[in-house]
Amino acid sequence: MKRFEITAQAIDLEAFRALLISQSCGACVQFEGWVRDHNEGQKVLRLEYEVYAPLAVKEGNRILDQAMERFGVENACAVHRSGLMELSEVAVLVGVSSPHRGAAFDACRYIIDQAKLRLPIWKKEHYESGEAEWVNCRHCYAAGDHHHIG
Amino acid sequence: MKCIAWEDRPSVKVPGMIKISVRYFAAFREATGIESETLETPAQTPAELFSECITLHGSLRSRTASLVAINDEMADWETPLNDGDEVLFFPPVAGG
Repeated sequence: MKRFEITAQAIDLEAFRALLISQSCGACVQFEGWVRDHNEGQKVLRLEYEVYAPLAVKEGNRILDQAMERFGVENACAVHRSGLMELSEVAVLVGVSSPHRGAAFDACRYIIDQAKLRLPIWKKEHYESGEAEWVNCRHCYAAGDHHHIG
Repeated sequence: MKCIAWEDRPSVKVPGMIKISVRYFAAFREATGIESETLETPAQTPAELFSECITLHGSLRSRTASLVAINDEMADWETPLNDGDEVLFFPPVAGG
């Protein structure tokens, strides 16, 4: 497993945790992002991530480097899923280990916040109504042109 | 005035025009109906290029909160374009 990874497979939580273990670390903070069954009043059945992997990996590694430099943590890793996902699956996993807990919490928060802002990853929600929509993108296209699933 | 045959003309490009590969992702791909295209354009920045793409593709609307990359590096909407660049239009991202 690499430091920052995009995968279409279920994330192996134990293998991920093993990357963070270090005898000089007294703290490990992990964040799991799960697939939720609702968004903005709509019932979500499943979702789909589109990822532009070449740049997502490059930018993801940059975020990890920045977190390590900024907070002085010892290890920082992250994995993000691509493709179709069912409810309650782990969509994203961030992990940090550090001698002390404060820096680990701060670095973990920084990584997930930056990942949401900077990585070329898009989420399409499939609703109970039968419609599907790209999250945050309603203003990107003319109304009525977004109901086909591509 | 010296004349030359049409087929002997130097193969210079139209002044001010550059050739750019454009790739559309997620909502932009579905709005345009295509993944990529090559454009001969007077656009000097991704912002100008996107405006041109809006006129070419009726369903494409706003680039608010969108990102752009040039040749696989994150860029700015005002970064100068060069002939042969590949421009990637990223609609608002939603990872995590």
